[in-house]
Amino acid sequence: MSDPTPAPADDAREDVHEPGAAPAPWDEVAAALVAAFEGAVFHDSHGQPVVYVAPARLAHVATFLRDEQQFTTCLDVTAVDHLLDGERLVVAGVEPERFEVVANFLSHLRNRRIRVIAEVPAADPTVPSLTPIYPGVSYAEREVYDLLGIVFEGHPDLTRILMPDDWSGHPLRKDDAPARVPVTFKGDPGPRVGRVAE
Amino acid sequence: MSDVWEEVERLGRQTDEGAQELRPRSELVVTGGPWPEGEGEGEGETMIINMGPQHPSTHGVLRVMMELDGETVVRAKPVIGYLHTGMEKTAEQLTYVQGSTNVTRMDYASPIANELVFSTAVERLLDVEVPPRAVWARMLLAELSRMASHLLFQASNGMDIGAVSMMLYGWREREETLRVLEMITGLRMNHNFVRPGGIAADLPDGWQRAVLELCEIVERGIDDYDTLLTSNPIWVERTVGVGVITTEQALALGISGPILRSTGFPWDLRKAQPYLAYDQVDFDVIYTENGDCFDRYRIRLGEIAESIKIVRQCVDMMPAGDYRTQDKKVTPPPRARINESMEALIHHFKLFTEGFRVPAGETYVSVESPRGEIGCYLVSDGTGKPVRMHIRGPSFYNLQSMEPMMEGRLVADAVAVISSVDPILGEVDR
Repeated sequence: MSDPTPAPADDAREDVHEPGAAPAPWDEVAAALVAAFEGAVFHDSHGQPVVYVAPARLAHVATFLRDEQQFTTCLDVTAVDHLLDGERLVVAGVEPERFEVVANFLSHLRNRRIRVIAEVPAADPTVPSLTPIYPGVSYAEREVYDLLGIVFEGHPDLTRILMPDDWSGHPLRKDDAPARVPVTFKGDPGPRVGRVAE
Repeated sequence: MSDVWEEVERLGRQTDEGAQELRPRSELVVTGGPWPEGEGEGEGETMIINMGPQHPSTHGVLRVMMELDGETVVRAKPVIGYLHTGMEKTAEQLTYVQGSTNVTRMDYASPIANELVFSTAVERLLDVEVPPRAVWARMLLAELSRMASHLLFQASNGMDIGAVSMMLYGWREREETLRVLEMITGLRMNHNFVRPGGIAADLPDGWQRAVLELCEIVERGIDDYDTLLTSNPIWVERTVGVGVITTEQALALGISGPILRSTGFPWDLRKAQPYLAYDQVDFDVIYTENGDCFDRYRIRLGEIAESIKIVRQCVDMMPAGDYRTQDKKVTPPPRARINESMEALIHHFKLFTEGFRVPAGETYVSVESPRGEIGCYLVSDGTGKPVRMHIRGPSFYNLQSMEPMMEGRLVADAVAVISSVDPILGEVDR
């Protein structure tokens, strides 16, 4: 989702927002994000400010938070696979996708937090890497890549971090049942019955 | 504060460049196969060696790849995953009642912090209030756990650096702490005592006396360590100026806890964003200016004293009342009721087999563990088991500080650096 032309996007958003009555962001950082990024949606998650953004904008949002909102640290990047959800949290104005990439930011200087969530489609699980902006999330992005198979474009060293290097599959995906993954010891005589293709 | 931000700003850029320097060359990426030809075989000037995963001073199963030029570390890269047991995957198969049994095994040196962060996350999704006695008991246990963890650090750090008698002294006081934790929770480690809704049982009779006696023992202990190490010329030689990291680097790398505080940045979630009842007790945030191994040792020593201060206040101010919420959806009926009421028995059985349902939602909760900010990102879908339970382990992020700390230093200092980062690999690999 690259820059959409302003007019149609606005219309589209109006349509989605009509029934749900988008909440006004009470958090000043969230308000700044919603104002700066088209399509960003504010959500009050049990008293914590959350902003949903398009995956392609994730790096821009992080840059904005770092350079203009004094967010010193990106604490954590993780992801969720919603494939088998019983019931899913509904946020007005957000089109749910299978994956969610979640980044938690902390400003030590302003003593506030914000969480940014991007809905990532299963067909193209790719988001821009935050590592060039916050070097500390390098390991976290490798972990998300390793366990959930989400590709962080621009990461300097996107390799498996927890699983063996020759592992196939991404164990935290809901359709990657551990029992169906072949055991991968070095020198294993061959694939087992029921091996799933990568 | 504002010039700190300018530093961070400046540093943010610098660290960007630094990240490029730290980036392993592509032929250095570990693929599990044989080492690339030519590397480390005398042809070049540098040599690549592996420290760990079985090295005794790597605190479990950490492996550090080091490129050495003589005895100087040119580059260092921690390689992890040797203790990966899929605990986040396991959490998706466990009910919320069983969940704290799982998370308590992550950071096994300070299990209460894990249980606390998980339970708080569940409570936030449930919108359940915890009664005051549970809040204070949790704080008491969290501080006892912090003491045990920092005492373990003193023991292993001493041994790693060569003060072998510290191993005995640190272990001695830690054992006393674990004894008190065992008296209260029933287990030395992996307590599973802090649970969604409160704590598992009320504090036992005589806990005040046991805790106060412990405080005196540990206080004597840390005085001993101070005498033994702080002005010991060998200790000072071995740690001062070793493994230096700056505030800017620490913030950019997402580092928290004693490592961040050792750089002169007094950030402690217990003060900055108080949870439990930390805003009602009096304690100080210990921080130092130099960011080296000696400072990290000193900070942890000081934090034991601060924890003792908090524990004493908990003894004085512990409120009476319920030790878990009276919300029947979350809390099973008391044991006595089960003997006389069939419905209570069924209720108890259902809670421990199916667990309780948590409304769909997501939350991130963080507390200050002895190693830094431990966070729990919890997603529920209205059923009895979480969709996703992610723990942001402070050790996982703190490991990244090893690269800037080790580079350009002697290989002998690498041991001091690993030790002063105090990683718990159970939490790194989960």
